[in-house]
Amino acid sequence: MSSEATFDLGAQVEAARSLALSAIANAPDAAAVSKIGSDLANKKSALNTLRSGLGKIQDQEARKMAGQLINESAQEIDRALQQRIAEFLIIERAAQVAGEGIDLTEFVSPNRRGYSHIVTQAMERLEDVFIGLGFQVAEGPEVETDFYNFEALNMPRTHPARSEFDTMFIEPFSVEHEANTVLLRTHTSPVQIRVMQTWEPPIYAVMPGRVFRRDTPDATHMPVFHQIEGLVIDRDITFAHLAGIIESFTKAFFGNEFTSRLRPSFFPFTEPSAEFDIKRHNGDWIELGGCGMVHPNVLRAGGIDPDVFTGFAFGFGIDRMAKERHNVEDIREMYTNDLRFLRQFS
Amino acid sequence: MKILHSWLNEFADFGTDVDAIAESITKLGLAVEGIEIVGLPVAGVVVAKVLRTERHPDAAKVHRVYVDAGDGVEKHVWCGAFNMQPGDLIPLATLGTQMPDGRVIGQRGILGIDSEGMLCSGTELGLSADATGIMILPSHLELGTDVFSALGITKDVVFDLDVTRNRPDCTGYLGVARDLAAHLGLSLLPHKDAAIASGKKHSIPVDIRATDRCGRFSVTVMSGVVVTDSPAWIAQRLSRAGMRSINNVVDVSNLVNLELNQPNHAYDLNTVADGFIVRCANDTEAITTLDDASRTLGPQDLLICDAKDRPVGIAGIMGGAGSQISSSTTAIALEIAWFEPLGIAASVSRLSLRTEASLRFERGVDPYGSDLAVARFAQLLSLTCPDLVVHAQGTDARTDALPAQDRSTSLRLDQIKRVLGIDIDVDRVRSLIEPIGFGVLQPDTSNAVTIIVPSWRPDCSQEIDVIEEIARHYGYDEIGKVVPKSPVHGRLSAVQQRRRGVRDFVLSLGASEAMPNPFLAPGDLLRCGLSEDNALRLANPLVAEESVLRTSLRPGLLRAIAYNQSHRINDVSLFEVGHVYPQGVEQLPDEHEVLCVVFAEADATKAMDCWSQISQYLGIGAQLFQDVAPGGFHGTRSAQLRRGKIVLGAVGEIDPTVLANYGVFGRVACVEINLSIVLGETPKVALAQVVSKYPSSDFDLAFTVPQTVAAGLLLKSLRQAAGNLLAELALFDIYRGKGVVEGSRSLAYRLRFQAPDRTLADTEIADARARCIAAAQKLGAELR
Repeated sequence: MSSEATFDLGAQVEAARSLALSAIANAPDAAAVSKIGSDLANKKSALNTLRSGLGKIQDQEARKMAGQLINESAQEIDRALQQRIAEFLIIERAAQVAGEGIDLTEFVSPNRRGYSHIVTQAMERLEDVFIGLGFQVAEGPEVETDFYNFEALNMPRTHPARSEFDTMFIEPFSVEHEANTVLLRTHTSPVQIRVMQTWEPPIYAVMPGRVFRRDTPDATHMPVFHQIEGLVIDRDITFAHLAGIIESFTKAFFGNEFTSRLRPSFFPFTEPSAEFDIKRHNGDWIELGGCGMVHPNVLRAGGIDPDVFTGFAFGFGIDRMAKERHNVEDIREMYTNDLRFLRQFS
Repeated sequence: MKILHSWLNEFADFGTDVDAIAESITKLGLAVEGIEIVGLPVAGVVVAKVLRTERHPDAAKVHRVYVDAGDGVEKHVWCGAFNMQPGDLIPLATLGTQMPDGRVIGQRGILGIDSEGMLCSGTELGLSADATGIMILPSHLELGTDVFSALGITKDVVFDLDVTRNRPDCTGYLGVARDLAAHLGLSLLPHKDAAIASGKKHSIPVDIRATDRCGRFSVTVMSGVVVTDSPAWIAQRLSRAGMRSINNVVDVSNLVNLELNQPNHAYDLNTVADGFIVRCANDTEAITTLDDASRTLGPQDLLICDAKDRPVGIAGIMGGAGSQISSSTTAIALEIAWFEPLGIAASVSRLSLRTEASLRFERGVDPYGSDLAVARFAQLLSLTCPDLVVHAQGTDARTDALPAQDRSTSLRLDQIKRVLGIDIDVDRVRSLIEPIGFGVLQPDTSNAVTIIVPSWRPDCSQEIDVIEEIARHYGYDEIGKVVPKSPVHGRLSAVQQRRRGVRDFVLSLGASEAMPNPFLAPGDLLRCGLSEDNALRLANPLVAEESVLRTSLRPGLLRAIAYNQSHRINDVSLFEVGHVYPQGVEQLPDEHEVLCVVFAEADATKAMDCWSQISQYLGIGAQLFQDVAPGGFHGTRSAQLRRGKIVLGAVGEIDPTVLANYGVFGRVACVEINLSIVLGETPKVALAQVVSKYPSSDFDLAFTVPQTVAAGLLLKSLRQAAGNLLAELALFDIYRGKGVVEGSRSLAYRLRFQAPDRTLADTEIADARARCIAAAQKLGAELR
């Protein structure tokens, strides 16, 4: 084959190449580029036609060079194609992003999370603090027998302290059959007895729950309210341990700047008995609850030998904690179930 | 118990630091709940005399009072009270006086006429609780002198003590002073003896018939009595203790009660000279008491009667009218008794009559304190009756009900350490409790020691009582704080964790937590479509509207919805986790815990969605019984949740009649679950299945299904028919209307099949599809 023929092929390849590149460069969009791509892949495309004519070149060397020339051009065109498509994609994505903007504050939520009652929140916080101090959580019935509410707690039938509990009784109620009386528990202490009867020492338990007193509702009292009670029974548990747990609780629940003190008081079910007060440093003492060493008669009623085991108990109101934490003026507000009230406390 | 600082200091020198005294008293367990300064003089208030009063035609509410403040010059004062007469002495706050409430008295005129000061009420000066008029002063005061000094008013401090039930001795000064002196290491000062003449023997017969109710009844006769006013200092003390001064004899009786905690009663000797009978009242026996009230008694009430068996007083509570001291009394019979406390307490509560005496008797007075009380009574009375004679050999009747004088208990020294955590020896015990009257005998063994309990401490009878006394005087603060190391793993039980979980889950569904009253009004349950037959009732409710114990949480939540809707709050979603108390077969009710969730303005599908999510969350299942509506639920939009015969709860809409009863608008979706059953269940731990690597195949099936065939049933049949290659099955479209025959709906399901170990063959899919269609057709569904 003559060098003119080779030159002629080279010119044809060059023509096809520049034609294709210019078509790619001038394509208006990605679809047009893709169309060019598929046209070029056609058997009858200029380069493919030239390629199929290669077999006619006799000179092996010249044939090889011509093939190489065609391949190089084809690869260059292909690169241009890919690059052009990528360019168009970037432009299209940018246009898409620019065109579909929304205002995120245009936000309508059909489902709002509900709000937990502040008494439940306080109760769970208290439980968690005591769990951290190594306590388990015990529960008992709200409707109780005279035995668990009074008798077993060192308040036999004639005990004068009973009258201070403003008990609500269940019908039928008769003084003559008082031993079988069913009542609404006036404190969480009956659970102490139930725990002593069913658990084995060492016992570290807190007993939160609902209690009832025949008390006319006012800004600080409700006839239905909540208490949490603590009970620890083991060998060699002393009054000093009681003071230690009260102090640990005070710091864990209220914060390290708080401290606690015990001062003598009276409860039929503990002896020695104490009130416990808490104080922020520089602040006044606030009375929080009652506590004491479990009375030997109470241990006996719970089936525990007071000569082997000793223990302490403590208790206080939960509603007041919730009330004071959230600065609720009137405790009755906490029980209106008004969503406008409930939704303040997430 | 109100304790005056000046009076307390007569028992020992407690000093002048009021806050320190209060702190010490509180540390002893007699919480000081208030400290009030009384008798602070108001400078510038003088004694003045009313000369004349005059109305002004243009002033209806005030009048003009002309007074003389000692200088003979007539002063004019406007006054809004009309209780004075010419000649009365009254307190005049002169111009420039600063009143206790901060006001400064100026020449504030009315109708252009100036006022030269202000006439004062007792309240305005802090001298009495009487605010009804101007204070009328005793007629002997000198005009122009300072009212406070003229009246002998002295500044004092009143401590308000919260005396607990176990400290009957501290409803008297002596008890408080004894404790406080011991705490501070001071000695009690004896009262100065007065020289009182002893008279000839005079015994009065006493017949105690109610021997179990009255342990001791002593009577002392005193003559040479002149009934008169008490000196000002006594009247002032009594008024500061909240009592009124009556006359010298009654006042002394009250002083002795307050000081020594020894209630006593002085009779006019003439009315009881022949003797006393102490007996229980007859049924419906009546007595008129000192307060002129007629009271009907019963056999539980104890009476003091004269020798003719006529009642002269309710024992331990209040004297009768008729035997009391009068201005003509010249001799008295002083009764000091000890009554059994529980009997007095029962009478007090039955009669609703609480007095200074009953307060003490029902807690327990010192049965051996009468000698001291008689001596103190005579000493105080002799101040106004210089010729007082105390007659010898008074009566001292006793019965077996009288507690022993020397009660004792054994104290193990090592028990002190076991209970208190402090190591102390017998000498230290002695130094702590001997000053408060306990006796510590020589140790019986190296460990045990006998303790003699003083007669004024009826609360102390056991070892632990003595240990408490040791702790109090050792000091609670001194015992120290030791944090015990809990050997127990602190945690919530599985039930408690699940309860918290379900609560949190329901919150995430958008419901807020309500806490309705567990007490219902009669009829509430009926209005809720529930029976009231199994509801418990309160024997002593506060109000009738809160007398039924709930057997369901729905009444409370429905009421809460109505409340919120009436306050224009939409989409109310509430829940409660709480106890219900239906009657049980045992003594206690069948109390159990329930979760109830309500969504206002939502229909049954919302309830089903809620239930299916909760059941999935808790890992619990139940059969849905749509045949019979649960009580109070919508007749055709609800189902019972059951497992065999056990009812787990209910799901659906509330009955429209119930909603109307509660004034709720829109539909209310409700889910109710018995948590006492489901929280206790432990779901099986899920074991991992290998996720298939092979492709899955899907197909959809739409059926025309008669309304009588439950979608849930069809779903179950399809699942069975599809076989174990079924990977997913879901109802994705429900259609009623054009193209579907009346009484049916179109239900469309999507099924996905997948094998763990291979790609499924087309024939397998085709077979499954055919089986599903056949199963549906068996139920009466037709492929669309």
